[in-house]
Amino acid sequence: MSARLRVGVTDMTNLLKNRETQLAAVILLMLVLIGFVNPDFIAPSNLLSVYTESSILIILALAQMLVVLTRCIDLSVAANVALTGMVVAMINSQYPDLALPAVIAAGILLGTLLGMINGLMVWKLGIPAIVVTLGTMSIYRGVVFLISNGEWVNAHEMSSSFINMPRTEIFGVQGFAIISVLIIAAVYIFTEKRPLGREMYAAGNSPTAAFYTGIDVGRTQFWAFTISGMLSGLCGYLWISRYAVAYVDVALGFELQVVAACVIGGVSIMGGIGTVLGCVLGALFLGVINNALPVIGISPFWQMAISGSVIVIAVIANSRAERKVGRIILRKATLARG
Amino acid sequence: MDGIMSQTTQAKATTGVSWMSRLKTWEAFLLLITAVVFVLNTQASPYFLDPWNLSDATFNFTEKAVVALPLALLIICREIDLSVASIIALCSVVMGLLAQAGFSIPVLVLGSLIAGTFCGLLNGVLVTRFDIPSIVVTIGTMSLFRGITYIILGDTALKNYPSGFEYFGQGYVYWVFSFEFVSFLVLAAVFYFLLHRTNFGRRTYAIGNNPTAAFYSGINVARHRLILFCLVGLFCGLASVMLTSRLGSTRPTIALGWELSIITMVVLGGVNILGGSGTISGVVIAVFLMGLVTFGLGLLNVPGIVMSIIIGLMLIAVIAMPILLRRFKQRRG
Repeated sequence: MSARLRVGVTDMTNLLKNRETQLAAVILLMLVLIGFVNPDFIAPSNLLSVYTESSILIILALAQMLVVLTRCIDLSVAANVALTGMVVAMINSQYPDLALPAVIAAGILLGTLLGMINGLMVWKLGIPAIVVTLGTMSIYRGVVFLISNGEWVNAHEMSSSFINMPRTEIFGVQGFAIISVLIIAAVYIFTEKRPLGREMYAAGNSPTAAFYTGIDVGRTQFWAFTISGMLSGLCGYLWISRYAVAYVDVALGFELQVVAACVIGGVSIMGGIGTVLGCVLGALFLGVINNALPVIGISPFWQMAISGSVIVIAVIANSRAERKVGRIILRKATLARG
Repeated sequence: MDGIMSQTTQAKATTGVSWMSRLKTWEAFLLLITAVVFVLNTQASPYFLDPWNLSDATFNFTEKAVVALPLALLIICREIDLSVASIIALCSVVMGLLAQAGFSIPVLVLGSLIAGTFCGLLNGVLVTRFDIPSIVVTIGTMSLFRGITYIILGDTALKNYPSGFEYFGQGYVYWVFSFEFVSFLVLAAVFYFLLHRTNFGRRTYAIGNNPTAAFYSGINVARHRLILFCLVGLFCGLASVMLTSRLGSTRPTIALGWELSIITMVVLGGVNILGGSGTISGVVIAVFLMGLVTFGLGLLNVPGIVMSIIIGLMLIAVIAMPILLRRFKQRRG
């Protein structure tokens, strides 16, 4: 009896020490405080719309998490979103009769391809991920300009199904939210149950140990980039239909928000640590801030500085939690090759 | 197997011949490309060789190059600073506010340098005290510093700079040699001396090659890194003086995205992004190469965003090339 009780107590303290619980508590506290200033903000319907607004960030944060788990980073996600978004928008405006699933599939395919390019360079050439994706970030963004000639694709040039599909409501829940919930479930199953998902944790946790267990670390990183690209491609479509306009600077700088969401969610930038729940909460944290600022009368110009300080605070908190593991970021695991 | 690999590299380092020759070929290679671009530019436009035109060409890279010098040391030391462009923006705001309050030019310059050093100090303290990877810290401070400029400026601009302030960005020391360009050359010499001729420089390499070994051989690794972060901040302050003086106004988007081109300059110059190796002469040649490429493309009326494609390709190609060459040699040998 007492033993069981003690187990219960440790469970409780573990739960309190748990990163996700703390983050969820912070978000709840934030919601309560915002609720004092503006009760409308915490009405269930508004909370749902805050979630819906955060959908794209959630999906991209999950994609980033997979990459970061393998000790890499993908700074090209926002540029990928802009490029695939522009391509699907142009396809849609040129061929309005083309079935929507085909258009979306084209976007996802292109996004996957762009992710594979990153992954191949990391895997086959061994270039540090940060260099590869800094490079492809500006290349992909530049290609958006090349294919569009710097022109915009506006709402009236897009078909109504193209714009409205993610807005379709099922039981009052918009498509954006439903899609993000499906992606969350898929990534959860992938990271918890699929061998490749487990390999990503292993590859990031200790590449040398992973190598000796027979995991091809480079290949694992390649797949992480590929999935990141695939989800970015999907978000390219979602972004364009959400804002109903495509132009060169779409999602400019959004990669920082995405990385921030991961860091806040407790994903270790040194690889190997991170959960789907934490990552989603990290994205929601930023989503709540972004949506609440105008409501409580703070200029949106504060948004950037706030997310910046939140990142810094979050990494300090993370570093305390991870102190026992002394690892160095950016140094590629020196694998015994041949 | 790790041991064997590091032993061979050590052996190479001690004999010095192959190591030096490799560095020399890298710089020779860069120099060759620079020469080719130079010739191509003379073909692209008959006005290219005009001394005033060439002098104008230097303006679009010297400010970035001034930051690239200390950043090279920081990257050699296995750290990175992605917040450089945001520091430049924040320093510019500090100067703008000081100018608005009616302070004199020396106070503006000093204010910018102090603000920059302080930002660098913040990065350095976060990295060294809390043991956080610099890439995350500086992604955070990058939006923090830029965010502060947005909070202060919103969508307005500061432009009441005192007369005479424009000298730093627009003035000429002698004939076609601008203040910016001459400062860069002097600073490059200073950094060459610092990295290649002093204990400080040797320590930088030692830490970059193996921080643990450096620590056990008595180097204060944390302090060394802290100093380098401050140095990068200080030079962001200096670059901000030049840039603000050249533009004559401060907007929140000033120097937006510069971190990419500054890091590209450093990496293009042969500095290993994983730390441990790199030279100032390589960085200086890379600065000229990038300056010539952008200027040449400008002569051909290539829009800025297309240049960013080329810079991105250059960044990747330049890092991929030695890897591919090494693999090719291994396959043959």
